Amino acid sequence: MTGKARLLRMILGRLVLGLLTLWLISVLIFLAVSLLPGDIAQQILGQSATPETVAALRRELGLDQPLLQRYLDWMGTLLAGDFGNSLSNGRPVADLLAARMGKTLFLAAYAAAIAVPLALFLGILSAYRRGSLFDRAVTGLTLTMISFPEFFIAYVLMLFLAVRLPFFPTIADYGSDAGLIEMLHRTFLPAMALVLVVTAHMMRMTRAAIINLMAQPYIGMARLKGIGPLRVILVHALPNALAPIINVVAVNIAWLVSGVVIVEVVFVYPGLGQLMVDSVSNRDIPVVQACCLIFAAVYILLNLLADVLAIATNPRLMHRAG
Amino acid sequence: MTDLLLDIRNLQVATRLGAPILRGIDLSLHRGEVMGLIGESGAGKSTLGLAAMGYVQEGCRINGGAVHFDGQDLLALPEKQRRLFRGARIAYVAQSAAASFNPAWRLIDQFTEAPRLHGHARRAESEADAHDLYGRMGLPDPADFGLRFPHQVSGGQLQRAMTAMAMACRPDLIVFDEPTTALDVTTQIEVLAAIRSVVRDLNSAALYITHDLAVVAQMADRIKVLRHGEEVEEAPTGRLISAPQKEYTRSLWAVRNLTRPARPKPAETNHPALRLKGVTASYGRKMAVLRDVSIDFAAGRTIAVVGESGSGKSTTARAITGLLKPLSGDIELRGRALPAALRDRTKAELRSIQMIYQMADTALNPRQTLREIIGRPAAFYGGLRGAALDARVRELLAAIELEPGQFIDRRPGELSGGQKQRVGIARALAADPEFIICDEVTSALDQLVAEGILKLLMRLQEQTGVTYMFITHDLSTVRAIADSVVVMQKGAVVDQGSRDHIFQQSTHPYTRRLLDSVPETDTDWLTRTLAQRGRG
Amino acid sequence: MRFWHPMPWTARFGAVVIGLYALLAIFAPWIAPYGEAEILGGAFELWGGDHLLGTDNLGRDLLSRLIWGARNTIGIALATTLLSFALGAILGMAAAANTGLIDQVLSRLVDVLMAVPSLLLTLLALSVFGPGVLNLILIIALLDSTRVYRLARATTMNVIVLDYVEAARLRGEGMVSILWREVLPNISAPLIAEFGLRFCFVFLTISALSFLGLGLPPPTADWGAMVKENAALITFGDITPLLPALAIALLTVAVNFVVDHLLHLASGLKE
Repeated sequence: MTGKARLLRMILGRLVLGLLTLWLISVLIFLAVSLLPGDIAQQILGQSATPETVAALRRELGLDQPLLQRYLDWMGTLLAGDFGNSLSNGRPVADLLAARMGKTLFLAAYAAAIAVPLALFLGILSAYRRGSLFDRAVTGLTLTMISFPEFFIAYVLMLFLAVRLPFFPTIADYGSDAGLIEMLHRTFLPAMALVLVVTAHMMRMTRAAIINLMAQPYIGMARLKGIGPLRVILVHALPNALAPIINVVAVNIAWLVSGVVIVEVVFVYPGLGQLMVDSVSNRDIPVVQACCLIFAAVYILLNLLADVLAIATNPRLMHRAG
Repeated sequence: MTDLLLDIRNLQVATRLGAPILRGIDLSLHRGEVMGLIGESGAGKSTLGLAAMGYVQEGCRINGGAVHFDGQDLLALPEKQRRLFRGARIAYVAQSAAASFNPAWRLIDQFTEAPRLHGHARRAESEADAHDLYGRMGLPDPADFGLRFPHQVSGGQLQRAMTAMAMACRPDLIVFDEPTTALDVTTQIEVLAAIRSVVRDLNSAALYITHDLAVVAQMADRIKVLRHGEEVEEAPTGRLISAPQKEYTRSLWAVRNLTRPARPKPAETNHPALRLKGVTASYGRKMAVLRDVSIDFAAGRTIAVVGESGSGKSTTARAITGLLKPLSGDIELRGRALPAALRDRTKAELRSIQMIYQMADTALNPRQTLREIIGRPAAFYGGLRGAALDARVRELLAAIELEPGQFIDRRPGELSGGQKQRVGIARALAADPEFIICDEVTSALDQLVAEGILKLLMRLQEQTGVTYMFITHDLSTVRAIADSVVVMQKGAVVDQGSRDHIFQQSTHPYTRRLLDSVPETDTDWLTRTLAQRGRG
Repeated sequence: MRFWHPMPWTARFGAVVIGLYALLAIFAPWIAPYGEAEILGGAFELWGGDHLLGTDNLGRDLLSRLIWGARNTIGIALATTLLSFALGAILGMAAAANTGLIDQVLSRLVDVLMAVPSLLLTLLALSVFGPGVLNLILIIALLDSTRVYRLARATTMNVIVLDYVEAARLRGEGMVSILWREVLPNISAPLIAEFGLRFCFVFLTISALSFLGLGLPPPTADWGAMVKENAALITFGDITPLLPALAIALLTVAVNFVVDHLLHLASGLKE
């Protein structure tokens, strides 16, 4: 087999694996409702519910159907873009999601656009200046930062940058007619809270990956060939660092997903995260399932993309002996 | 003297924590001269080699002295200026070529990097030069060889490619740091020949670092012996080999000549301690790794199993221990069939076969004391408890020449490499076995320490009558300890017989090639062997 | 011991803080000036006077609730971590020792559970099973045990291929004895460090869930919930609601400092 064909096969393998994972997660999310011993409709409605209302809810959740039938129905409607109806207000879940998805994606993308380059820059720099004052300061700071609860960081930002010094609003929502500048301004604090959390985690892993790389004998060999430090980093280390760095970015997207749920609640930002939290308190299961599925799908697909990129940039895999 | 190239004076290097590595070394090297640096681990050879480039490893620092290269003190120059020397006028060849080439780059681009950056040659010139040097180094298909990536090339070829790369700027000095240590003997000889011819043709000076006296004898004009960061002695190669002045040097030489006297063959009537009959085995569904292996291990003898990496000698051991179940064939212990799988064997059968490992570091549980390590088999098989167990452990410690009172409650981390290996031996002995598999037990040790281990093993054999299966790739060890020899290649036994027969009379071509490839301290060995091969 | 001797100030600080929190949690009933859920005065009273840190949204003494909170939040986080560890470490070591069907099934299951951020599955499970302390502990412990499983399995795999384990197998020792005598002592350093990290993660997760109103049921004093209950004060520039958050942050910083030192020691042990 040629190197290209082998590479293609590896990438295809990852794609299949990723989609399989996504499918398994969807099964898990679907099954969640059936996992509960006893009757979930009764549980949700409480002991005082009449048998009629319980039966109605069971019908609404499809609990009167056999499991496989229910799954096929659920999957079928899901693929058609129908997530069912909300239990608390009866509206189609798809409508609820549509209004909020854009907001969450905007916030997450905003934070990622700042956090990823910042974390990589700080990580690489502190690995390069390992042991220096800068390195120790950044490492100590990020260690502290990953120890903070997300809501603490969010409230501290709010207290100082919205209340004591009213640069930014405490409520981050923007109207439908807001321009980009206004959107960026209104969502600055939640985005910043996310940036701090994500950067701290991502920077630490980047630093570790680069330090690991710099200990490789071929880096020492490059130095012994009389090559200057900058070229050693950029030309010798970086091509080999791409795969680990891509991996670091993908892994830390998880912090973005869980961070967004908290930060949206703090800044009363009507995104998916807040919807999900409200629905969990109301036990509005169809909505929770839908939110969970969307977050999971985005996360798995991003990781899949990273996996494929990491394979594609790995020289050992790209140029295998034929 | 005008042709003095490298002049190191009173060089002192220590770790940042203060442990000295080099304690005031002097070294002078003339243009075109090859100096061998020899010594055991911890002697400071590599540190000295790197210091010749004005370089120290991370975690170390130079505490004093001077390194004059072509009249300039490298240590007095700023780092930026020192860099101009490295790669251009002083080049380095590392032990592990596989790890020292950048996996992301083609070989040719790594070759041309230094010449381009140092302004020595343009890319096209340098590529043409690479083809020439690859050819001289005997690499296949020199014009296209450089287009490959490091992982597409074998270890011996990579080592030659690295030597070629070191030559790219026609440096005045090349530092070779154990360039053939990781290679098989038959590959080593080719690489040695290639390195020697290129160094001579281009008239470079070289520092050749190795722990192998026979190798350095082929390569160097002069040899410097180091120990604990100090010079023991230095002399022209011939004189140092024929008439070493210092006791330490003499003891290094003596190790190589350790030979066990030949013993008469045991009576045929006795069952062999262990017998393999037509054993064939494979890992998973892949090709067979052992093909029809039949060996008789005569009781009370040492049977050396030799071969290069991948020859199946360790796999044979795994089949004997029951870790790898053969596809077919039988194993007999004292004439009685031994179950193939580990879990089917009785406690008595397990007790009979013990193993001593190559890496003493991973062979001993670092969290247990010697009392636990050595005591466990005695308790497990012999059911010893309390005072009886304590007495047995002390007896075993005494047998391996470790003072019981002092060592019994230590952990492996507090022992030297040789002491750890002795504990490995004691653990095997604690089971009272009939058959011990020694898997490369001396190859990770320095020569003097290895000699002590070999002598201990021989003494224990005389006392207990145990049979050794001695797996090794080192033929001088075979000469030192074996009664008979089994030669393996690609999973099959290709030759076997008494030691003296194999060494002196074997006509099998692979055995001969293996034996011929083992360097001898005779300075003409490489020339002579190459000449013989040329004729053959 | 080498734990204390060349200890950086960060780790010393961490150890002292952890000790103080432990005392606070154990002796909360004797230290706290008032009861956990006693309503004593008006809502949002200022600092000073009878109530050193003022009162909360329902007029309960804030300092007392902070002290009681140590007991509740830390206690539940610790129980969850212990459960997660018992589950993950035992299954992980067992899977590494018997690489067969059990390992395959467990490892694939863990892969799937770890394929999405655990907060999502926690929220899903909470919506199905409903709130409550026991549900919270079980759900988080189960989801978090996946990470312990992976670490225990990977470290066991690393040790189990070493020659001293092979020597024990050749001797005829049973698997349980091998895991207990040969493997466990050699993976305890990374596992202990991981225990600290898992505790931090669990502690932060529980606090976050409480903050979201999905954690311990009221009127239990819980630091995450206390932030939420009093969050309105932030918009008036009052830092009081941040005190419980600070209490959370201080403990996780302390644990992380100690863990960092432990990891440093563990990596140094290899040499």
